[in-house]
Amino acid sequence: MRRAVNRMPLPMKDMSLSTFLKGAAIAGLMTLVISLVMVNIDWLGPVYSSEKEDIVTLLNVMIVLSSLVFSIVMVMMVYAIWKYRAKPGDESDGEPIHGNTRLEIIWTAIPTVIVIFAGVYSTIVLNDIEAKADNGKIMEVDVTAQQFAWRFDYPEQGVTSTELHVPVGTQLDLHLNALDVIHSFWVPEWGIKRDLVPGADLPGGDDIDDTVTVTPTEEGVFSVVCTELCGWGHATMRAAAVVESQDDFDAWAADQTKIPDEEDVSSGVPGGKGAGVFDDRDLTDD
Amino acid sequence: MVAALKNPGMPRAGLGFLIGGLFGFGLVVALRAVSGLEIFQTEATGYPHVIVPGITAPIGFLIGLGCFDYWFRWASGAPTIPDDHSQHGAYSWKDYFKFNTDHKVIGIQYVVTTFCFFMIGGLLAMLMRAELAQPGTQIVDPGVFNSLFSTHAAIMIFLFIVPVFAGLANYVLPLMIGAPDMAFPRLNALSFWMLPMAGVLFMASFLAPGGAFDAGWTGYAPLSTGAPLGQSFFNLGVQFAGASSVATALNFLVTIVTMRAPGMNFWRMPLLVWANLSTSLLVVGATPFIAGAQFMVLMDRAIGTNFFQAAAGGDVISYQHIFWFYSHPAVYIMMLPGFGIVSEVISTHARKTIFGYRLMAIALLGIVILAFAVWAHHMFVSGMFAWLRVPMMITTLLIAVPTGIKIFSWLGTLFDSKLHIESTSMLFALGFLVTFVIGGISGVMLGMIPLDIHVSDTYFVVAHIHFVLFGGSVFTIFCGFYHWFPKMTGRMYDERLGRIHFWMTLVGMLGTFIPMHWIGMEGMPRRVADYAAQFGNWNLVITIFSFILGVAQLIFVYNMVVSWRFGPKAGDNPWRAKTIEWLVSSPPPVFNFDEIPRVVGGPYEFGVPGARHAIMHDGDGATVSGPEPAVAGAASGGGGGEGGGS
Repeated sequence: MRRAVNRMPLPMKDMSLSTFLKGAAIAGLMTLVISLVMVNIDWLGPVYSSEKEDIVTLLNVMIVLSSLVFSIVMVMMVYAIWKYRAKPGDESDGEPIHGNTRLEIIWTAIPTVIVIFAGVYSTIVLNDIEAKADNGKIMEVDVTAQQFAWRFDYPEQGVTSTELHVPVGTQLDLHLNALDVIHSFWVPEWGIKRDLVPGADLPGGDDIDDTVTVTPTEEGVFSVVCTELCGWGHATMRAAAVVESQDDFDAWAADQTKIPDEEDVSSGVPGGKGAGVFDDRDLTDD
Repeated sequence: MVAALKNPGMPRAGLGFLIGGLFGFGLVVALRAVSGLEIFQTEATGYPHVIVPGITAPIGFLIGLGCFDYWFRWASGAPTIPDDHSQHGAYSWKDYFKFNTDHKVIGIQYVVTTFCFFMIGGLLAMLMRAELAQPGTQIVDPGVFNSLFSTHAAIMIFLFIVPVFAGLANYVLPLMIGAPDMAFPRLNALSFWMLPMAGVLFMASFLAPGGAFDAGWTGYAPLSTGAPLGQSFFNLGVQFAGASSVATALNFLVTIVTMRAPGMNFWRMPLLVWANLSTSLLVVGATPFIAGAQFMVLMDRAIGTNFFQAAAGGDVISYQHIFWFYSHPAVYIMMLPGFGIVSEVISTHARKTIFGYRLMAIALLGIVILAFAVWAHHMFVSGMFAWLRVPMMITTLLIAVPTGIKIFSWLGTLFDSKLHIESTSMLFALGFLVTFVIGGISGVMLGMIPLDIHVSDTYFVVAHIHFVLFGGSVFTIFCGFYHWFPKMTGRMYDERLGRIHFWMTLVGMLGTFIPMHWIGMEGMPRRVADYAAQFGNWNLVITIFSFILGVAQLIFVYNMVVSWRFGPKAGDNPWRAKTIEWLVSSPPPVFNFDEIPRVVGGPYEFGVPGARHAIMHDGDGATVSGPEPAVAGAASGGGGGEGGGS
């Protein structure tokens, strides 16, 4: 078979360099405007953790790159529609251009470079997010979810609570476990999220990545939101996340109930539909 | 009456359904009685006396309808009935309710049936949006709401988008490659009739105690393994839809590989054929995994296996791996045929050959290969082993490359063209370019782990999937409906109504799904019946636009139904397209071709003087049997001998 030869010298036969430059300028301007507007909008809501700050930077870089891609596509499309629209009654055909190897290589190679850049950059940000705190202040919290309630155990303080109280500026190592179905831990202001998987604490759950870290940077009261569908009460499965000063936290911890020796898992809100089934297969029976 | 129950057809199918159901029911009762168990076990995850008939009754229906008559006779050694072609062609509306082996009849059966499911799924979505218009609970309680989005997604995916592409291709593809029918016509008919069975099972779950399945279309274990009876109907329905899908894909593969007209080498296949070849490879490789996953859930539920019971040593997360090993390729199963449709439409209405045809075909195959190596990007926050995340992110991002090639090649096709944007199909193709680019961009963002950690399981994801599945798949489906409507019905639709439908759909779609990005990033999780008051205004806006979107589809239905009956005659080739289906009459003859066409060039040789894609009669061939124009030969890759062979 003969090698495909491009007989046509350019993909756009009658397009002059100045037209091309005008198009490029419009696409560039459009990118600039879209990027400036979009980067200045507070898409991700309040940024109250050091992890989320990295995510916001990454989003802004992606907004600029995406605006560029979107602008190029739109300018090409609108120009083509404006320029090459057939006159009424014109039944002739377009130019028999079958391709242009150089151009095809370009639009294969450039996106490849862009996505590999995006991949490498994301990996760096991911490593930053998951790095340990610089100041070494780390607090462990065991988070347990069940339909449709949260429980937070503080092994160092020896207390348990249905609210998540944390001192500001301290890195939290959250150990996640679920008693019935999969739930997911998310505080939108912190920007981190991880599923709570039933069986994570069992011997068979060693492969489950059940620890997530976050360093809250602002004081306030937020919501722990369940983001994995868990049944009829999913939409309202919330707990308060209170970020406070170290002193306030210590005072709070001193007031809380001690963790009972034998974990009483039957407390908490009973399940809805199918609850009986989950009781039969209580995962902490071992 | 007796004859009606003896011969294949709807009455016998009804009887078969009844007998099949009773047989399944009796089997369970008898076996439980013999085993000394209580006859009716009605735990939420039990009900064997409902589940087993859920398998046997549809099979009874299919037997009664006549899907297996030929095979049974052949297998038992009885003389087979010679084919008298009574199962070809449709001469009245009643013929569409029969076991019919004509690919064109099956194509219309598919398209009409799946569109009905589209309307049902759309109604469920309208109900959801009505509930979500305001914070709080107004219309449905949270449990029902969970059923609504689960059935909405299951119906849209398994009963509309996946099969409607199979339906369009069923009609068009054999014509396009110059084949008289699909390779296995009886299997083809069986594939279609399994779909209504899946639909009946999905809908029947609303009647089950505890309501319709409500664990999402993803059906994550262990929520699904502990859910009420409705979940079992989902597990079973997916089996029928999946079997239908796999059988059709095998049929397409064999048809495309073995039944192309003389002269149609791979580099002369229209891109729709390439797209369905690629899709079929994906279906055959991936769909068995969802069938397996749903069987495992069903077994956990009904017979006490412990695939996904952590306490019993099962592995909860493995469900997600198996599920997404199908369900990510499924996104491409739902998109690649649309790429094929858009290629046909853009080329035809731009009066120009597809720019970089070969790279377009290679990009499709590239997506097929990458599609099998990205599934875990749905699981970045699932707690799966952490090392898998970065490799899966890289492969995910790389999919943007072949997809980008396709977008830029379509745009390249528009340059130096003679663009006709009056026809609705071309409007949908151009609209698709806009919406799909946005969906692709949000897809790249979701592919990046740090961003995904924040927006995963939020409305951002809902926005993304709808930009891809509505702005992508559904736009291309409408594109295909409008493009081949004249071929299927022989009549022309009303372009003015088509344009109104397009613009309302585009505006409704953008207004519905763009704000979802914002509220998702701000903090609204997906799959919730209720939400924080701060999202109230945007949700009201979304609901209003979604109703515009819903009403627009009624215009489409009116246009199609009325035009089918009363539209002006369309002629054989209203779009002056080049591919083979336009060389035959509209609608095509029962056996497609009096003579098998001969393919002499590439599929889109617009503007090349004297170039033809195919010739129907040797008499015509005289004019093109000489040497082909050099450009045509170079582009189609078919240079050399085949073209000038006669």
